[in-house]
Amino acid sequence: MAVIQDVHGHSHDHPTGIMRWITTTNHKDIGTLYLCFSLTMLFVGGFLAMGIRAELFMPGIQILEPELFNSFTTLHGLIMVFGAIMPAFVGFANWQVPMMIGAPDMAFARMNNWSFWLLPVAGLLLITSFFVPGGAAAGGWTFYPPLSTQGGLGVDMMIFAIHILGASSIMGAINIITTILNMRAPGMTLMKMPMFIWTWLITAYLLVLVMPVLAGTVTMLLTDRHFGTSFFNAAGGGDPVLFQHIFWFFGHPEVYIMILPAFGIVSEIIPTFSRKPLFGYSSMVYATASIAILSCIVWAHHMFTAGMPAVGQLFFMYATMLIAVPTGVKVFNWTATMWRGAMTFEVPMLFSIGFIFLFVIGGFSGVVCAIVPIDIQVQDTYYVIAHFHYVLVSGALFALFAGAYYWLPKWTGRMYDEKLGQWHFWLSMIFFNVTFFVQHFLGLAGMPRRIPDYALQFADFNMISSIGAFGFGLSQLLFVYIIVKCVRSGEKAADNPWEGSTTLEWTHLPSPAPYHSFETPPVIK
Amino acid sequence: MSQGTGHYYVPAPSKWPIVGSSALFFMGFGAAFTMNKIPLGYGMLAIGFAILIYMLFGWFGEVARESESGKYRAQEDKSFRWGMSWFIFSEVMFFAAFFGALFYMRVLSIPWLADNEHTLLWPDFAGGWPTAGPGFEDKFTPMGAWGIPALNTFLLLSSGVTITLAHWALKKNDRGALKLWLFATIALGVTFLGFQIYEYSHAYADLNLRLTSGAYGSTFYMLTGFHGFHVTVGTIMLIVIFFRCAAGHFKPENHFGFEGVAWYWHFVDVVWLGLFIFVYLL
Repeated sequence: MAVIQDVHGHSHDHPTGIMRWITTTNHKDIGTLYLCFSLTMLFVGGFLAMGIRAELFMPGIQILEPELFNSFTTLHGLIMVFGAIMPAFVGFANWQVPMMIGAPDMAFARMNNWSFWLLPVAGLLLITSFFVPGGAAAGGWTFYPPLSTQGGLGVDMMIFAIHILGASSIMGAINIITTILNMRAPGMTLMKMPMFIWTWLITAYLLVLVMPVLAGTVTMLLTDRHFGTSFFNAAGGGDPVLFQHIFWFFGHPEVYIMILPAFGIVSEIIPTFSRKPLFGYSSMVYATASIAILSCIVWAHHMFTAGMPAVGQLFFMYATMLIAVPTGVKVFNWTATMWRGAMTFEVPMLFSIGFIFLFVIGGFSGVVCAIVPIDIQVQDTYYVIAHFHYVLVSGALFALFAGAYYWLPKWTGRMYDEKLGQWHFWLSMIFFNVTFFVQHFLGLAGMPRRIPDYALQFADFNMISSIGAFGFGLSQLLFVYIIVKCVRSGEKAADNPWEGSTTLEWTHLPSPAPYHSFETPPVIK
Repeated sequence: MSQGTGHYYVPAPSKWPIVGSSALFFMGFGAAFTMNKIPLGYGMLAIGFAILIYMLFGWFGEVARESESGKYRAQEDKSFRWGMSWFIFSEVMFFAAFFGALFYMRVLSIPWLADNEHTLLWPDFAGGWPTAGPGFEDKFTPMGAWGIPALNTFLLLSSGVTITLAHWALKKNDRGALKLWLFATIALGVTFLGFQIYEYSHAYADLNLRLTSGAYGSTFYMLTGFHGFHVTVGTIMLIVIFFRCAAGHFKPENHFGFEGVAWYWHFVDVVWLGLFIFVYLL
């Protein structure tokens, strides 16, 4: 951060240079670390995506051997989910939660540091697994057995990376829950909390609920691989499908872990730039909670083709379609917030509106996938790839971009370049759709995912998709340039540069926010 | 900082987290290498454990000193309570995964493996529990419930009583009784672990019941093993608390360090009841 103010003078001195970042217990420092780490991982995962799209540019084997291609898809998924999206949201939580609830810092400041510094260890395990004998894990990011009970050292490194990432997530989640429940400024009742805080409270609950289950799953995988247990081995009375059940009991809440904080960010930005309070605040809270509860009873919609009694398929189909209801509540509330608002279209608002449009497309294709007979057709095709990239890239990632532009003035005390930001938005918007919209057609025509080659009739759409992907990847370099430019030479930002924002970090704190936010808690009326 | 609720203790920059991360760096790579028979792994694992122990002593020592010097007040205390509760909830979910696997095998996958569709593959498999599954020839005897496991249930339930008596003694500031009951709890925990080790050696030597004994062996050893690991950790925590009590730590009105350990111990107790019913009894 450019300027460190410490007006109260009583606070701890901190070491300078690299030791400041290694030993820090400050929520803003740790938030910055999280955000820088996740941006780095976005480019590592993005590099893998570019490799995948380069391979798929034309039919036939271009640059990647099939084995390496499989490792690329596997590690692309793992790095993007666990290395880019999740840490980015935790970074936002670190910066914003104490500031938005009027707290001096996170509840467990030292553990907060550990939550972050576990991530580079796990990242190292994942990335270096490419270079060990046998290569990185290649069974897909969902690492189903029996593929994952085979494979070599790389799979074990992935398992331990997931253990460490899980520990980091659980500690981070406990910290966030405790901060929100115990550190709010006097007068800030639960139903006065900003929407971003609500979404993170519920997300953190989901994290504590499902990350240990993932740890259990990978432990079973490890003992099946090395110690002769039979959890996923039918000869021993186990079942490979058991893995899928336990994995998706984690995996489905996991997708809401990656989208609920995005809902929170968008719910802060849309009212600000519509200059109206959020429409239907309490229904937003209840919708978020409903989504979280429903997310725990829909997991088997990922496994309709794996073998399941028909009554199970019906239950999971209807439960899944039910999620569209609270999600619809949210979309209508955002739209109603904008209705007759005095709207302006700065970059955070553009990304938020882009988010609503594209997330709704991803949501609808999700309902399509939830319908059993259709899912049996599109399972493991590019239709599914298109679906979850619409919710994860134009959903989670766009919301992260929106949030970054929205809060950069508060974090750095400087404005980003509005014109360049708009370029970033439009380039991302266009190239994203060029990349992924055509994948719906590929999937409906039957192109399978995770295969480095394809039949000739898929050639045109694949080339279009690859061109879009390269454009999207390059556009993100612009984002890095905008951040660097903002930090180095952006115009000074006012304490509240957005007229419409009403949360504490804008109304009670200067820009940039001081090193320690609220030494004396504000009183909320 | 000023007065009121704003006076929340934010610790100074600390080296312990990065020490812990370097421990996990060595342990993560070390474990992966060890399992693939790469010699470097053993050394890395040992270094990792050594650093981890150093970190645990240092970090918890610092927390204990902060607590004794009165840095934690009501609001910090509440944070610890929330934190410990949610941590125990996460542990519950970890065990839930293994219980889920057990139920899935017993209720779904083993009956499926014995049904008509599978007679072509394994015509002689009749299903039922306990079983090592259709593909494993090796015969084993399942672990009975009414010998050592029942005794262990009694031991752990008693230890739940003794830790409560210790807690009451602490609240009445009766330090002698506190140490006595705490010692009794530790003794019960250690005895439990001793019996558990004896049970395992009996299972391997006489019952031919192994980790590799299919569905039954996997779930039996993984569930009781992780529980035993948690009892070990809980016992170590009790020992630490015992020495802290001996050093005069904890006040009748302020002793969350003690309560956190007691909560954890009760949690371990409850998990055992689940194990006794679903692994041993049914």
